[in-house]
Amino acid sequence: MKHPRLVAALVAGVSLPALAACTDNSSSSDQGDGRTLNVTSSDDACDLSADSAPSGRLVFKVRNTGSKVTEFYLYAADGKRIVGEAENIGPGLSRSLVVSAPAGKYVPACKPGMTGKGIRSTFTVTDSGKKSNASAAVQQQVDDATTQYHEYVEDQSEQLLDGTKRFVAAYRAGDDAKARALYPTARVHWERIEPVAESFGDLDPKMDAREADLEAGQQWTGWHRLEKDLWPPRKAAYTPLTKAQRATYAGRLLADTETLHGRIEKLTFTVDQIGNGAKSLLDEVATGKVTGEEEVWSHTDLYDFQANIDGARVAFEGLRPVLAQKDPALERQLAQRFTALERMLDRYRVGSTGFVSYDKLSDTEVKALSDAVNALSEPLSHLTAAVTL
Amino acid sequence: MTDPTSPAVSRRRLLGYAGAGAAVGAAGFAGGMGTARATDGTAAPATDRYPFHGRHQAGIVTPAQDRLHFAAFDVTATSRAELVLLLRSWTAAAAAMTQGRPVGGDTPLPYDSPAADTGEASGLPPSRLTLTFGFGPSLFRDADGKDRFGLADRQPKALRRLPHFPADALVEQRSDGDLCVQACADDPQVAVHAIRNLSRLAFGTAALRWSQLGFGRTSSTSTSQATPRNLFGFKDGTANLKAEQPSAVDEHVWVADGDDDGAGWLAGGAFLVARRINMHIETWDRTSLREQETLVGRDRSEGAPLSGGTEFTKPDFTTRGNDGRPLIAMSSHVRLAHPSQNDGVRMLRRGYNFTDGNDDLGRLDAGLFFIAYVRDPDRQYVPMQNRLSRDDGLMEYLQHTGSALFAVPPGVRRGGFVGETLFA
Repeated sequence: MKHPRLVAALVAGVSLPALAACTDNSSSSDQGDGRTLNVTSSDDACDLSADSAPSGRLVFKVRNTGSKVTEFYLYAADGKRIVGEAENIGPGLSRSLVVSAPAGKYVPACKPGMTGKGIRSTFTVTDSGKKSNASAAVQQQVDDATTQYHEYVEDQSEQLLDGTKRFVAAYRAGDDAKARALYPTARVHWERIEPVAESFGDLDPKMDAREADLEAGQQWTGWHRLEKDLWPPRKAAYTPLTKAQRATYAGRLLADTETLHGRIEKLTFTVDQIGNGAKSLLDEVATGKVTGEEEVWSHTDLYDFQANIDGARVAFEGLRPVLAQKDPALERQLAQRFTALERMLDRYRVGSTGFVSYDKLSDTEVKALSDAVNALSEPLSHLTAAVTL
Repeated sequence: MTDPTSPAVSRRRLLGYAGAGAAVGAAGFAGGMGTARATDGTAAPATDRYPFHGRHQAGIVTPAQDRLHFAAFDVTATSRAELVLLLRSWTAAAAAMTQGRPVGGDTPLPYDSPAADTGEASGLPPSRLTLTFGFGPSLFRDADGKDRFGLADRQPKALRRLPHFPADALVEQRSDGDLCVQACADDPQVAVHAIRNLSRLAFGTAALRWSQLGFGRTSSTSTSQATPRNLFGFKDGTANLKAEQPSAVDEHVWVADGDDDGAGWLAGGAFLVARRINMHIETWDRTSLREQETLVGRDRSEGAPLSGGTEFTKPDFTTRGNDGRPLIAMSSHVRLAHPSQNDGVRMLRRGYNFTDGNDDLGRLDAGLFFIAYVRDPDRQYVPMQNRLSRDDGLMEYLQHTGSALFAVPPGVRRGGFVGETLFA
């Protein structure tokens, strides 16, 4: 139950570095080629170690020597469009801004105190022959990605509400067999958008807390409370919930789901949120699903596993056109590794939508799944930076 | 990046951490990576680091460092190109880390990206880190004998899974592997940092299968080093091969041209035998000193053979006591393991003590992580281990729980990559 980093480094449609170029992946050892600039931001000055650099991937190492919190911006020649920014740099701290800059004039600015137009100068990027394959179409692709992702999240939320209604009805009616069948398939829609759902810190603990997540005295409600009642422990003594208790817990879950749905409709997304969301979904798989800790009573972890991957894949596919322009090698690698992981999961399918019970997996099978998750997660952790650079 | 006044550095200095400090002095500490960068490429020899490139891989005859993190990997990729790409990226990372530089260079990645280096070695000296890479038999052929990467016809004849030795209690998850990396350093954090970063680079191509931390070298590989003690409390590896005996090292460690016509790529390399040997510490500690010394064949305080003399006196296996029995018992470890009793074969031992906490019964999960480099395991290791496992009185206090054999390719040339000769 953690929260996705809602980093506001980039707001789609406003500050996208639309002309940013794509450089190769060899970001290392660029020192000494004039593409690393030192910026000293004091309370009354903004000193750059050079006033020009060859085009390509530039690194501005900003050091705040002043007494106020500062920011560093690189504006386009018009002094308005933001090419890149490093925000919230406390006194004494350093932060690096990495941008891909094609040849042209730029306006760097330090903003000690984070207000005003900042201390500005001019900066020239000379043509080094490094190709820029950025295009004006990127902006449209970003808009498309954020719109599509919003539609996806809304659709999943609607299906979650619908599935929860049917699950809750069966559970309240005492039709346990039907409720057990509906439980994992309803939750799929939660798991596909888990980082979004989890971003509501008041709802998440009420809806998705596991028994082990609770602190002393905390009341346990939500999906997993009902899970335990439907798959009661065999060894330990367990008192089934009464009809009245069932109605109470089921009613709360449905009410919370309706609240969630109402809030999700109002959300908007930025590309970095989509990228970080994909990474968060894989983190969920690595820490909860592949270990079988998410569904300790029902062992339906592989449904959640697949759903987390579904959600990450949708995020990736949405950003794919942008990524294909900015980092085609990463785009190919991610596509391959998504497919490899999905193929591995397919081996555990039962019927069209079902999966084998987690407790039927051997240690070797779990290790292989975990390896495939790692294989995807590692490059996926670079998605956000690649699409926002 | 490196701030000499950072808490990490200060803390270590306050604690009086020795490590490379004795050799390097305060400048080495204070300079940290900054010093490493500044001096890289200059002629001044650095004493806190070993060159990564050379005829043989470092970490074999290199004077044994104090700490170990040994890792074995399963290759999960199926293409030869991906495997080579991993070896290239490991080579670049190893060349940097052994010289005290971060993985991925100094240029930062975007703030929205994870950093290229995991960071915990930042501000620490290179700590004489060496990284030594090897290939297991399963890299060449899978369990069904299928050629995995088009390398099967180059598999050295001697590179096979080690046979079952008497009393072996091997754990699959602590044994074998397609690739191995031996990380040795004087600072455990530097060794662990290296394995962590190499594992990270491997995701998607190779997955960590098992790894072992070791503290306290149990062997000397140089005459400049005093013989250390194993967890039995005895000096270990007195008769070890030493770097200062180049002809002996050539004879017993390095694979030579013509040793194996099908595996000429291994010339200049060696075989690495790894055995995780648990010690029954508690029962050993209840054993009389008389019994302990009899089992080992040396005295505990000096490490001298029971036939007399000092540590480095040659054991005399014929001298008898007043009861008519040999002073060095027939079942003693020193007799059974001694070259004179094993057709003159010798090994370069490079093992480490380990303690992985304790078991459920409150007994230390501890012992010796045995590492030996040999030119031919079939001649230099297997017969001797069979003999020891069968006859060594010490076996009552030992249990082998992990086992692996790797072929360690020759050193890396500048611009090349580790194992390049195998893929040429």
